[in-house]
Amino acid sequence: MPGERLTIVSVIAAVAALVLVFELLRRRRLREKYAAIWVVIAVGTLVVAVFPGLLRGVADFVGIQTPSNLLFFGSLMVLFAVSLQLSREVGLLEEQSRRLAEEVGTLGMRLDALEKPSDQPPDD
Amino acid sequence: MTAEDVHAAQPLPQAMAPGELLVVLPALNEQASVARVVREVRAAQPNATVLVVDDGSTDATAERAGSAGAMVMRLPFNLGVGGAMRAGYRYAYDRGFSAVVQVDADGQHDAAEIAHLLAVSDADVVIGSRFAGRGEYAVRGPRRWAMRLLSKGLTSIVGTSVTDPTSGFRLVHRRAIALFAEHYPEEYLGDTVEALVVAHRAGLRIRQVPVTMRRRESGTASTNPLRSAVYLLRVVVAVGLAMVRRAPR
Repeated sequence: MPGERLTIVSVIAAVAALVLVFELLRRRRLREKYAAIWVVIAVGTLVVAVFPGLLRGVADFVGIQTPSNLLFFGSLMVLFAVSLQLSREVGLLEEQSRRLAEEVGTLGMRLDALEKPSDQPPDD
Repeated sequence: MTAEDVHAAQPLPQAMAPGELLVVLPALNEQASVARVVREVRAAQPNATVLVVDDGSTDATAERAGSAGAMVMRLPFNLGVGGAMRAGYRYAYDRGFSAVVQVDADGQHDAAEIAHLLAVSDADVVIGSRFAGRGEYAVRGPRRWAMRLLSKGLTSIVGTSVTDPTSGFRLVHRRAIALFAEHYPEEYLGDTVEALVVAHRAGLRIRQVPVTMRRRESGTASTNPLRSAVYLLRVVVAVGLAMVRRAPR
């Protein structure tokens, strides 16, 4: 039956995603705070793959006629949330590296002043 | 502090005491003009400390500024004028300077005009304006309309006349230094326009004085309508965001 094959493919994909996330975590390539969302997504996929009826039920409840559309909509929302979070993190990192650059500039100047005290006394 | 006394006492204080006035020149690849500007500033304000913030230049800007007698802060990569100025304000704040003057390293600002900025009393931020009466600096075409509109909008937000909101020639006193050392906007137009809104929302007093400026020696301001439209749009976004952003502290 095609339904069974679909279930098998989905389960394999979800398990592979889980394994990948776990492996990245184990190798310290992925931080926990970013791993959580991917684990939730993978587990969610697994649940939906094993119990397709669940998807249909929820789709009926929300008023979406084709269950797969609910899936697409859900995926879109999740990806949107993830990329928004990443943008936010990038902004934070940029601000931190700017601060560091300013700090480096200041420290470099103080170091220059220390290294040639004969020219100009450090204005301290 | 002493700076305030100087203001109160004299209408045109020519010089502040050493260690009080910091002149910051943000510079990106300005080797042709930076040394001359540094010398002009030192001649006009002998007691001022001159700090050139080298914003990631790839030419001899830092060396020439240093040999002209300025202190040079080299930033490891380009941060933009906003980042360079925040570094300058931070330095001024840490070292206890009571006033900071920003002067462009391209020679557009006349160092002799610093005295006019210093002459303004009871203000935290003093803007040197090209369009407030003195000088014959002119901008034409769509860019002029964009600047007009920006000026009108900002004047109504800030509550005092701001005819030249994008002027980078400005004097900042101690209260504003403390604010800008922490919160100086770094995005496009942030360092000029948004900074005024930030200062206003923090309760600082803004004033402007008419100054004369020289024509830019290199590079011409664009008069392309499309560019002006984009410029205007970015201005609106910058000011709008500055208005609704959570106030610092």
